Amino acid sequence: MNNFSKVRSVRHTLSNLFRKGVCKVLSVGPIPTHIAFIMNGNRRYDQKLNLAKGTGHSIGLLVMLTMLMHCCDLGIRYVTVYAFSIDNFKRKPEEVERVMDLLKFTFELLSEKNSIANLYSVKFHFSGNLDLLNEPVKNAAKELMANTANNSKAFFTFCIAYTSTDEMVSAIREACDERRRAMQEQKKTGGNYGLTKPVEVVDIEKHMYMATAPYPDIVVRTAGENRLSNFLLWQTACSQLYSTPTLWPEVNFWHLVLAVLNFQRNHSYLDKQKKLL
Amino acid sequence: MDFKKETRILYCWIAQIGNLLLRSLWRLIHVIINLCYLTLGIAKAFESYLISWGILRRYKSLQVAKLRYLAIVVESKDACQTSKIIELLQWLADVGVKHVCLYDMEGILKKSKDFILEELDGAILFGEAYENNEIPDQAQMTLEFASFSDGKEAVAKAANVLFMKYLKSGATDQNQEEAIFTESQMAEALKTVGSGGPEPDLLLVYGPARCHLGFPAWRMRYTEIIHMGPLKSMKYGSLIKAIYKFTMVRQNYGK
Repeated sequence: MNNFSKVRSVRHTLSNLFRKGVCKVLSVGPIPTHIAFIMNGNRRYDQKLNLAKGTGHSIGLLVMLTMLMHCCDLGIRYVTVYAFSIDNFKRKPEEVERVMDLLKFTFELLSEKNSIANLYSVKFHFSGNLDLLNEPVKNAAKELMANTANNSKAFFTFCIAYTSTDEMVSAIREACDERRRAMQEQKKTGGNYGLTKPVEVVDIEKHMYMATAPYPDIVVRTAGENRLSNFLLWQTACSQLYSTPTLWPEVNFWHLVLAVLNFQRNHSYLDKQKKLL
Repeated sequence: MDFKKETRILYCWIAQIGNLLLRSLWRLIHVIINLCYLTLGIAKAFESYLISWGILRRYKSLQVAKLRYLAIVVESKDACQTSKIIELLQWLADVGVKHVCLYDMEGILKKSKDFILEELDGAILFGEAYENNEIPDQAQMTLEFASFSDGKEAVAKAANVLFMKYLKSGATDQNQEEAIFTESQMAEALKTVGSGGPEPDLLLVYGPARCHLGFPAWRMRYTEIIHMGPLKSMKYGSLIKAIYKFTMVRQNYGK
């Protein structure tokens, strides 16, 4: 058993060295600043391997943390995941509860002193209508944001209770509210309150949940689906949309490498399109 | 001191050789990736010819009725190739696709709108037929032309419609605000500003990369997005395959 664990340890070290070598090679080309993941296929994973319901989600969350580490190793500073859509509240209550419990557990784990959040100096942010979450999950999320507020090497966003259309409406409401308050201030100071400055694209953008991160360079969707499902619709005009048939719990470092290689192939074209905007 | 200088020069050389090795490896990986994509491209081209010749039977019967609204995104520099666009639209008409939205970022297709409508017998502008949020059921093909200004700028215009409503209502509490700022009110406001078209079921991207190039965000929530490759090498068989694959998709819509 001793020899076996020695062999495993050597294998693990060599595997890490090889991954670091691959990261070094990939870094010769452009590395995306921001990558977003639609973590699709957790329930199909349960069905495929005949597992108890919810196992796919548990493994999926572990895979998410592993992928975060790989992204940090590769030098990708911003990572966003579509953890829970507003549409997902339509699922069976026991499934929603299971996922919420799992998310709460993950947030609490990440809040600990020796978690990867502090090891990799990752700042966590939550995008979405957090008022739709129950109190324990909301509090765990707020605690995680507070505990990692001073981290600055990487930025990880959980999109939870999120849809792009809800994000746009919320941003418009904030922008209109800001405009109304500005008009009231002008009125108080005797300014020309008759003129209403219209709400502009830049006013809406600054109130988006995702305003804390640049637009994604790549959006990866797993399990072979080809749609965005109401995720980052506003932010992905010049993003490489990458789809892989692999289910999310089966995703690993090599899928990330393929996504980055694909991005590098199309980088100059996408860069040119960004300049046209 | 000489020894230190020589050590520094040696490290410099090692670093340069290391860099050269890394760059060579990177280029080699990309050559291999490009060869893989080339092989895949040849296989796809061969398959598309088999589909066009009717040899692959499963593509013969398409349930086109499932495809109520199709969007096509092209690069603005390809949008000038109106003959290719018209050929693509004629293929779609032959297959039985009735409602198409043509999009390019800079609005080049909008400028060629009259010419395209003229070349396609009987085609009309979608706006003339679209009422009451229902896609019309008719024999003629309808075409919509969209560009980047129908995306974010249209959302800003719709935001101002809601803003005026907000000011007029004199809403003071959150409940009153929530009644104005809803997704359904936003959809109505977008219609008011002329950007309230339906959500495409399928979006075909003709270009070097799978990227929607700013297609109106509000209209893409559950749209299937398929990359078709460059417009200059478009193939009828690939189009049939993309539509067939769409008809096989089953969406949960989050459930």
